[in-house]
Amino acid sequence: MDHLRKWVQAVFVLLTNGYWNFPVTKTIYQGPLKVVCSPGLNCYSCPAATTYCPMGALQQLMAGIRMAVENGQYYFGFYIVGTIGVIGAMAGRMVCGWACPFGLFQELLHKIPGRKFGVPRPLRFVKFAVLALMVVVLPLFAVDDFGLGSPWFCKYLCPAGTLEAGLPMLLLQPGLRENLGWLFVNKLFFLAVFIGWSVVSSRPFCRTTCPLGAFYALFSKVKMIRLQLDTSRCTGCGACHAVCPMGVKFNEQPNDTECITCMACGRACRFGAIYLEAAGLPLAARDVKVKGARPEAV
Amino acid sequence: MTGPTPQNTIRKAPLLALLFFTVLGIVGVTLHEPGRVLEQAWQVCLSCIGLG
Repeated sequence: MDHLRKWVQAVFVLLTNGYWNFPVTKTIYQGPLKVVCSPGLNCYSCPAATTYCPMGALQQLMAGIRMAVENGQYYFGFYIVGTIGVIGAMAGRMVCGWACPFGLFQELLHKIPGRKFGVPRPLRFVKFAVLALMVVVLPLFAVDDFGLGSPWFCKYLCPAGTLEAGLPMLLLQPGLRENLGWLFVNKLFFLAVFIGWSVVSSRPFCRTTCPLGAFYALFSKVKMIRLQLDTSRCTGCGACHAVCPMGVKFNEQPNDTECITCMACGRACRFGAIYLEAAGLPLAARDVKVKGARPEAV
Repeated sequence: MTGPTPQNTIRKAPLLALLFFTVLGIVGVTLHEPGRVLEQAWQVCLSCIGLG
């Protein structure tokens, strides 16, 4: 199953970054597919991006609401919230585990051998503050003299934007290097922090900072596809705790907001107590397995 | 240990959430928001990527 997940992750990376003519055009894709929402965090200023980033687009709309309304254009972000809401209601944070390019990037970094550390659980609340403040409140209310706000998360924090768009655009358009300043240094700093942190901890950006992950986490109890626990089969052995890349203790909190439905726990459970369901209906027959878990620091 | 045992009962909450957000998206389409999204996504946002 993990091989399948890796393939699906690779397919989503290619689908959301399918514009390979950018070395010739030296700029980003400007076709009609950019009206399609990327399910994961994928900067739309990335030269290869074929879809729009829901967090980037939402901030831009929030930042421009006052000016748009003054011009008689009533853009409130319904299309964007509706789109990611549909994705969230279907899969929730399964997107993080199966379809997010930056999630895959962190997973690959974590494969680098070395000592591994956990991520303190309370840090998971930071991402909800990032979503509320940097994606909604500040772009909406911290406006300039013209009533225009800024995309705070993209501008000051997003490491995916620096990796996928900032650095490639500097290579493609050398003239942009004249614009380098403290803003870029700040963004490089956050990218370096999350790269280093990903090597020693599993998915630190997803767990602590990602506003899109925070949005999808709101669907943990109502999403259609989710993992479930058969309490009649669970022995409480804790094998599911040791393998979870998000630090979830599945048999204690089956609807944990951090679960990315990667199914590592399902593979580790020797008693077939963890299964995938869609809207209440089990998706596959569950067999009791005999293979053991492979613990790692999370 | 917490959580239900399999009962094969259809959960309505995901379907209601799907319906709600689908309607929200359609409202956005009627307000011509996809066009605005396209306008933004076609431009390189320099400040967003730390170059502005």
